[in-house]
Amino acid sequence: MRVRRLAAMARKEALQIWRDPRSLLIALLMPFMQLVLLGYGVSLDIKHVPVCTFDREASQNSQDLLKHFQASDYFTIAAVIGNYGALTGAIDRGVCRLAIVIPPDFTQRLSTTGGAVVQGIVDGTDTNTANIATGYAQAVVARYAAGARLEASARQGAIATIQPVAMQSRVWFNEDLESRNFIIPGVIAMVMALVGAELTSLTIAREWERGTMELLISTPVTPMEVMLGKLAPYFAIGLIDAALCLAFGVFWFGVPFRGTLATLFLATALFLVVVLGIGYLISVRVKSQVGAAQIGLLVTILPTTLLSGYLFPIDQMPVPVQAVTYLMFARYYVTALKALFLKGAGIVDLAAPLAAMALYAAAIAFLAARAFHKSLD
Amino acid sequence: MFGRIWQIIVKEFLQLKRDRAQRWRLIVPPLVQMLIFGYAATFEVYHVATAVLDRDQSLESRELISRFAFSDRFRIVEVAQTDRQIRSAIDRSDATVAVVIHPGFAASLRSGDTAPLQVLVDGTDSNTALIALGYLGTIVDRFSTDYAADLARRGGAAARAAPVNVEFAARPWYNPDLNGRWFFVPGIAGTLTLMLIVSLTASAIVREREIGTLEQLMVTPIRPAEFILGKTIPFFVVGMAEVALVAIFGAVWFRIPFVGDLFVLLLGTALFLNSTLGLGLLISTICKTQQQAFASSFLVLNPFFTLSGFGFPIASMPTVLQWFTYINPLRYYLVVIRGTFVKGIGLDVLWPDMLAMAALGTVLLAASILRFRKSLD
Repeated sequence: MRVRRLAAMARKEALQIWRDPRSLLIALLMPFMQLVLLGYGVSLDIKHVPVCTFDREASQNSQDLLKHFQASDYFTIAAVIGNYGALTGAIDRGVCRLAIVIPPDFTQRLSTTGGAVVQGIVDGTDTNTANIATGYAQAVVARYAAGARLEASARQGAIATIQPVAMQSRVWFNEDLESRNFIIPGVIAMVMALVGAELTSLTIAREWERGTMELLISTPVTPMEVMLGKLAPYFAIGLIDAALCLAFGVFWFGVPFRGTLATLFLATALFLVVVLGIGYLISVRVKSQVGAAQIGLLVTILPTTLLSGYLFPIDQMPVPVQAVTYLMFARYYVTALKALFLKGAGIVDLAAPLAAMALYAAAIAFLAARAFHKSLD
Repeated sequence: MFGRIWQIIVKEFLQLKRDRAQRWRLIVPPLVQMLIFGYAATFEVYHVATAVLDRDQSLESRELISRFAFSDRFRIVEVAQTDRQIRSAIDRSDATVAVVIHPGFAASLRSGDTAPLQVLVDGTDSNTALIALGYLGTIVDRFSTDYAADLARRGGAAARAAPVNVEFAARPWYNPDLNGRWFFVPGIAGTLTLMLIVSLTASAIVREREIGTLEQLMVTPIRPAEFILGKTIPFFVVGMAEVALVAIFGAVWFRIPFVGDLFVLLLGTALFLNSTLGLGLLISTICKTQQQAFASSFLVLNPFFTLSGFGFPIASMPTVLQWFTYINPLRYYLVVIRGTFVKGIGLDVLWPDMLAMAALGTVLLAASILRFRKSLD
């Protein structure tokens, strides 16, 4: 391997990228597009859930309870309803996600041992929103009950038992529970996978399609030099994209970055080696650009989106699927990214995922190095 | 006129019949994606890894912990002895939730004071954290209520206080167990159809242009509108088959009920396919090579997927992005397919979505016919 030939190869590839404005644009604008799209579009923070109320008692107490819902940031009263037919209609048409029904014996049962029951009818179509809204509603009702208890005991001159157990919860790492803070670090993995697999899977296939492969083969350049020379510019683009994502995520979206840049660099470099190597392998095998891009999409983007834990928690997947995620290199990168951004993990904490990625990188590099042969068929 | 359209249709089907790889691509990847998506896409929260530190070691504290242990929402993975162990369990992500009971817990309870219960949550995955917090609150609440009732019965210190209590009884409609798959699987069918049909139609015309057969077609007496129609109808048929394949496979495999009106779903699917075909054709009139068509479809499909309400509620997006969703056919189709599968609602509720898809389809198809005329010279 000669450095001079390698440099020439890299220079040729860089020039080719530079003079193809579209691919350059994609490489540099895509991180922004992804960040804006996923940073703003993928929000699981649920506020202002539309609520319909059906107060069958219309008493001081029932109105009091409904005021608690009104005052909550998490709910917006969308309609006040007078009968069950209207309630069914409102949920069917999606006017409200939650309907609060207060039974006619609410006040009467409030002070009996069994307690009063408030019915919450939830639109279960969107299960996640339904779950979160139920949790919020439960908290609102519990707060009302605590107040009512306090009032009742004050009236009776008894010792006030507010609530036997008070839960004091503290959230670590993502203190305000903003979904953006866990999505943005994952977006970096998405962008890396896109750049790596999409662009590189085209490099060799393009030479085949345009017929320049014959020219390349007739030069003294060795397969190793072809691989390294072709991948070097994309490696640089990948690192630039990672830096752009980091800056944009931290300064624009205000996502905390608590780790060290050196560890981030190490993890990103390893991940890039893997995705670039996979892209290169596909490109060598599939000699058409469209075919290469399609396979690249299936092999890298899909696992990065679905099986990396970037959005959907891995520990909630069925066990066989969890086992599959261990084979997905993106899983380790996403774990490292989240730990770096939010937990401020150091290189020691990340030893396991980094080692897994290094193993992957070595294996892929080995395969990629042997994949390309200088022959025409 | 119909004769000429018919000729194009026959030609398209012949092409499909003779392209084995293409037929393969129409069947296998969608099914594989349906499986991966269906298993991976979940926001449910079960068996959250929980660490407990019981420094009170009383009857009451054990009772509370056993309530966590017996809930299917939590799984006790570590019984810690020190604060440090708790911290490191969360740091290392061994546990997502930690429950700490301080000494004096039982004493406070017995004397009618409020006993604090400390809860630590790893907020990295904000959605899981939020839902887990809701479940924690429910368990603690129920424990509190039971304890208060118990105390009242035994005539303890707080016995004279009124046992005021309000229970929130949540009743999810349409999806009583809030099974996340019922939400995701119909959505996946819609999403996969959009992706497949748009990229397929986009590349179909571009391929003719690239190979040079488009010019041959243009010297025949066929008119642009006829050509577009002749191209559209076969893809419409393929698309219908595709939806049927993916939806039936998903529904059977993941046992998703279908409670709605099949006719409504078919109508909605037809309208949806029209607009996806229009989108694909429009892309094809803009692009010159298959490579460009592939990249453009990807660029267009990405936001259409993210901003559709597939997994991330539209109501949580910033207003500008919410506007964008109005020109997204997938947004409407998701309402229709979920509405018919899970909710069982009919045209009386779904007509605005149907209308929107019809309008989008008309505009997109008209635009692609116009653009196509121009792109000829």
